[in-house]
Amino acid sequence: MTAPPVLKVEGLKKYFPVEKGFLRRVVGQVKAVDDVSLTIGAGETLGLVGESGSGKTTIGRCILRALDPTAGSIQFHIDDEKTVDMATISKREMRELRRYANMIFQDPYYSLDPRWTILDIVGEPLRLSKLAEGAELEDRVASLMDVVGLEAKHLRRYPHAFSGGQRQRIGVARALATNPRLIIADEPVSALDVSTQAQILNLLNDLQSEFGLSYLFIAHDLSVVEHISDRVAVMYVGKLVEVAPKDQLFFFPKHPYTEALLSAVPTPDPDVEKKRIILPGEIANPADPPSGCYFHPRCQYAQDRCREEEPALREIVPGQWASCHFAEELELVGAPQ
Amino acid sequence: MVLAEQTADLAPVENGDGSTEYLSRGRLIRRRFWRHRLARLGLPVLAALYLMAIFSDFIAPYRPDTRLKGFKDAPPSVIHFGVDENRFQPYVYARKRTFHSKTFREIYTEQEDKKYPIHFFVRGDTYEILGLFKLDLHLFGVDEGANITLFGTDSVSRDLFSRTVIGALVSLFVGLGGVAISFVLGCIIGGIAGYLGGIVDEFIMRIIDLLIAIPTLPLWMVLSAAIPRQWPVAHTYFAITIVLSIVGWTGLARVVRGKLLSLRDLDFVTASKLAGGSDLYIITRHLLPNFASHLIVTMTLAVPGMILGETALSFIGLGMQEPGVSWGVLLDDTKNFGALVHQPWKLIPALFIIVTILMFNFVGDGLRDAADPYSL
Repeated sequence: MTAPPVLKVEGLKKYFPVEKGFLRRVVGQVKAVDDVSLTIGAGETLGLVGESGSGKTTIGRCILRALDPTAGSIQFHIDDEKTVDMATISKREMRELRRYANMIFQDPYYSLDPRWTILDIVGEPLRLSKLAEGAELEDRVASLMDVVGLEAKHLRRYPHAFSGGQRQRIGVARALATNPRLIIADEPVSALDVSTQAQILNLLNDLQSEFGLSYLFIAHDLSVVEHISDRVAVMYVGKLVEVAPKDQLFFFPKHPYTEALLSAVPTPDPDVEKKRIILPGEIANPADPPSGCYFHPRCQYAQDRCREEEPALREIVPGQWASCHFAEELELVGAPQ
Repeated sequence: MVLAEQTADLAPVENGDGSTEYLSRGRLIRRRFWRHRLARLGLPVLAALYLMAIFSDFIAPYRPDTRLKGFKDAPPSVIHFGVDENRFQPYVYARKRTFHSKTFREIYTEQEDKKYPIHFFVRGDTYEILGLFKLDLHLFGVDEGANITLFGTDSVSRDLFSRTVIGALVSLFVGLGGVAISFVLGCIIGGIAGYLGGIVDEFIMRIIDLLIAIPTLPLWMVLSAAIPRQWPVAHTYFAITIVLSIVGWTGLARVVRGKLLSLRDLDFVTASKLAGGSDLYIITRHLLPNFASHLIVTMTLAVPGMILGETALSFIGLGMQEPGVSWGVLLDDTKNFGALVHQPWKLIPALFIIVTILMFNFVGDGLRDAADPYSL
């Protein structure tokens, strides 16, 4: 493991000011992403899971600078000579780097401009980064269509002529257009039905081995993440609560929140008896988080210390990090083996 | 590589009989629009009205200020049809004026011994085309000695048909002009609000709230009272379009802002941004095409308001003034009750207004249905 990670995020923060009144006075901060650090190696998939509102989409958008991060560094390793901090470079410099990273969106209906043909949509990143135009662009787009399993003859159709799964393939083709190193997949399958989900996940897997892509795979569903990730990060209210290799996290979780999420994963075998952990209450409000450990109001193992002291993310066993005061003591139940 | 077959850019449409047709975007829009029965009616009627307005000087047998001596408050001429020298020939009778013995109201009786055939493409009063050259050709007319007043005459003996046709020019185009100015203002101001957001947006929206809160009629009255009376008709006309659009832009600005705000956060805009698109690129290539259709619909539906605004202003005497002619000016003659009872033909211009407004609304409805054949 000598290859440097493709992406190294350190101390990433994104605060949204809460504005009130006519003069837009700032009355508070929503800490959507609060001090998150993660790395993604070359050809690796990091799954990022969390409830809605936990800040996972915000992380993805900050990394690609669709949003400007409040603080932190985003080291992006482009090639052996060049590593840039995407958190601080200017918009213009960022435009030059767009070709190395792209995003797949959640909703296949809103992610394609209904007024554009598939040729224009998939070719847009190529045109804007001036990699191809004219007949060359058309050839490239046609071969991308082939790569994602669509027919090249449909290039001049509009998105409305395609089904949800096909649209998502078009979105994948667009993300691949410039041969990026990193793809941020923002819940790419949660809007699809289960059979289509499997197709897209397999496609993403195949593409990864074919092009050596690195994925940040965002999902709210552990079963989807299990299928595709090498490592998994679990997020709760803007913070990472556990990061571990996939099997480690699934079978030996070290954070009570991970345990609760795992207990919600449906098992296909009806004979396996499962104890569902129902978390009381709602996810904490990131504008007004609880004291101590953010998870303590919903945690069945919570003790006095959890209410006062915020736990740090620490390495419990090699490669597995968790932010729980009692990570070593608790005997948490993982997924059924 | 062979790409783009003939039908590749076409949308499949299933016909009633189970067959499938492939239509381009343009044809899809036309097809949707044409399916809207009322819009199908509205479009040709509007086209006819506008053609009538454009060629009004030619269609009208008289000038709007020509006085037909001795024919005050005359009812519409009755057109008779007969065969003359083996030719089908419409004609009118000369009319004689007498007075009612008690009320002294005019009574017009046809003199059946004096037949005047209606000629087509006749020479008559001269008019100017665009102030460039003079012409005296009219669509129809009768020889000296009689007159033809299809809609009757007004209280100072002018032909109401000629005045209605010529008045259409002001009434119909004030709507288009007003909407054009509103459109420019609305797009720029709404665009700024929606794009910049924040405090600028807040400020502009409150200004619009304020403008909308003012009842339009008094506001128009105040503004048009500021138009100098001695201005020539063309200037007054222009001033009135501006007065109308001062209120009219607010609605369009709201539409533009709302659309910008809702489209701005859609994923395909983010995707374009991530591909390296600049703000201007995103606005012109992604945002504008996506709400152009809404704009067109909003504009079509805004025209009737403008036309009614002009009519209202002219009716209360603050819009177009004599010698200018517009439908609102013509209705001025119907203000007294006696006119309505004894000369109901004076309400004919109102019919034109009603038909125009209705047709604009029909066409607007049809456009709204057709605008987004690929809607999500």
